[in-house]
Amino acid sequence: MTDTALAPPVTEQLAPRRRFPVLRKLVRHRSFCIGAAIVLVLVAAALLGPLLRGMDPSAMQVRFRYRPPSALYPFGADGFGRDILTRVLYGARLSLFIGLSVALLSGLFGTIIGIVAGHFRVLDSLLMRCMDALMAFPAILLAIGISAALGPQTGSVIVALAVAYVPRTARIVRASALVIREMEYIEAAHVGGAGHLRVILKHLLPNCVGPLVVQLTFVFAYAILAEAALSFLGVGPPPPAASLGNIIAEGRDYSVEAWWIMLFPGIAISLAALGMNLLGDGLRDALDTRLKMEA
Amino acid sequence: MSEPILSVENLTVQFRTDSGWLTAIDDVAFSVGERECLGIVGESGSGKSVSALSILRLHNRANTRIPNGAIRYGGADVLKLPARELRRIRGGEIAMIFQDPMSSLNPVLTIADQIVETLRLHQSVSPSAARRRAIELLDLVRIPDAARRVDEYPHRLSGGMRQRVMIAMAIACQPKLLIADEPTTALDVTIQAQILELLRDLQAELGRSVILITHALGVIAEFAQRVVVMYAGQVIETAPVDALFGRPMHYCGRRAIMITQIIPS
Repeated sequence: MTDTALAPPVTEQLAPRRRFPVLRKLVRHRSFCIGAAIVLVLVAAALLGPLLRGMDPSAMQVRFRYRPPSALYPFGADGFGRDILTRVLYGARLSLFIGLSVALLSGLFGTIIGIVAGHFRVLDSLLMRCMDALMAFPAILLAIGISAALGPQTGSVIVALAVAYVPRTARIVRASALVIREMEYIEAAHVGGAGHLRVILKHLLPNCVGPLVVQLTFVFAYAILAEAALSFLGVGPPPPAASLGNIIAEGRDYSVEAWWIMLFPGIAISLAALGMNLLGDGLRDALDTRLKMEA
Repeated sequence: MSEPILSVENLTVQFRTDSGWLTAIDDVAFSVGERECLGIVGESGSGKSVSALSILRLHNRANTRIPNGAIRYGGADVLKLPARELRRIRGGEIAMIFQDPMSSLNPVLTIADQIVETLRLHQSVSPSAARRRAIELLDLVRIPDAARRVDEYPHRLSGGMRQRVMIAMAIACQPKLLIADEPTTALDVTIQAQILELLRDLQAELGRSVILITHALGVIAEFAQRVVVMYAGQVIETAPVDALFGRPMHYCGRRAIMITQIIPS
C-alpha cells in the first residue's frame, strides 16, 4: 500500500487548455451574434452618426415642416422642420446612455443588497421585504413618481429607473448567493480564516456574476423602453432635448399625416431592445453551460 | 497520553427546527493529544460532523445554540473567542479537510490563487514567495508536475487531485491540528488508499495531530490510535484502536464490526 501512495499517480493527460471558452461559445451562438451586431451598429450610429450628419438636432427650418423622407432628409422632418434622422441619432445616444447608466446603477446597488441579504441571513428578511415593497409598485408608476418629484431631467430619469429595477437585480444576486454560500468552498474559505468581506468579494461575488450580467442586459433593454415611455408621458428629459420617446410624443398628433416622425424613432427603440435581448439570451446560454460543465 | 492539545468538554449543540430545538449532539467529550490521530466513527447522523464543525464554530449562528460545553484549545475556550482570534486559529492552527473535493474548491479561482490566499491570510509572505510555497505544497501532496498544475482551474483536476489540493491548502500554514471530515468518502477505493497513505505520511513527517471522521471502520483500524464511537448524538465508547476491535463494549460498535466482517468493504 505504501507503494501506491509514494509513487506519483499516473500522470493525467491534460487536454490542451482552451482560452476563453465562453467567448468561443458566444461567437458560435447565432442570436448573440445578431444581437451584438445590432447593438454595435446602434452604438456606432449614436456615437459617430451625429458627427457624420453634421446637423443641429434643434435647428428649425420652417420651410421644411412635415417634409416626408427624401434624399435631403432620409427620415423626413417634423413639425418644426427639424431633421428626424439627426434627432433619432441624438435620441439613440441619450437612450443608450440612460440604459447603460440604469443598468450599472441598479447592478451596483442590487448586487450590494443581494449579496448582503444572501450572506448575512439575519438581514435577509428585512432587506428582501423592502425590495418586495418596492417591487409591489409597477416599475413605470414608481419611475413616474420619482422623476416627477425630482423634476424632468435626464438625471432624475436615471435615478428613477435605477430604483425601479434594483429589486429584480437584488433578488437574482441573492438567489445565486444562497446557492453559492452552501458550497463547501465557502465553508473552506471560512475555515481558512477568511473574514466576511474577503469571502464575499473573492468567493461569493465572482460565482454570482453570470446571472447578474445576463440580468443587466435585460435591465438595459427595459430601461430604454421605459425611458421612451417616460418621455412619451412627459416626465422624461425636457422637450428641446432629443430623446426617442420625445420624438414619438411630439409626432403622435400627426401620426396619420406625418407617419415618419413616429416610425423611425420607434424602429430605433425596437432595435435597441431587440438587440440587447438577443445579446442577453446568448450570454445566458453561454454562461449557463459553463456552470453545468464545472459543477 | 501527553497533555491534550484540544479537548471537547460536555459539548451540547442544538439546531432550530420548525418543531423547536433539536439536540444534535449531547454531552460529547473527547480530546486529542499531541501527534495523536483520533478517529471518530459512527453511522450517518450520529453527530460526527456536527462535533467537528463545532470545534471551529462553523455552524450557522442564527440557527444554532450551544447550551453547555467548552472546547479547550491553547488555554482558551474556542467557543468564547472573539472573531479575530477565531479567524487566526481557523486555517492557521486548526485546519479542515472536507468530504467532497468536487465542491470544496472555488471554480473561478486557480489552484495557486486559493493556496496563496490561505498562506497570505496567516503569514506575511510576498505573493511570489507564497506562490513558490504553493508549488512546494503541491509537490508535498504528490501532485505531479506541480509547477504547471498550480495555474489550473479546479474543474480540470480529478477528484483525487482535488482532494490532494485540499490537503495542501489545509497544511499550508502548518496547523497543529488537522480535522479530516470523511476525506475519502467521495473517492473511489484506490484513490482512498492513496489519500489515506498521504495523510499518514504527512502526519508522520510533520508531526501533526489529526482528527479523522469516517464511517469506515477499516480506515480507522489502519489510521487511528484512539477511537471515539458516536451513536445518536452521544459518545458511547472511547478506546484505543486495538481494544475497540478486540472487544467492543457497546452493542453498536460490535454490530458495526460484525457488519464489516459480513460485507467486505
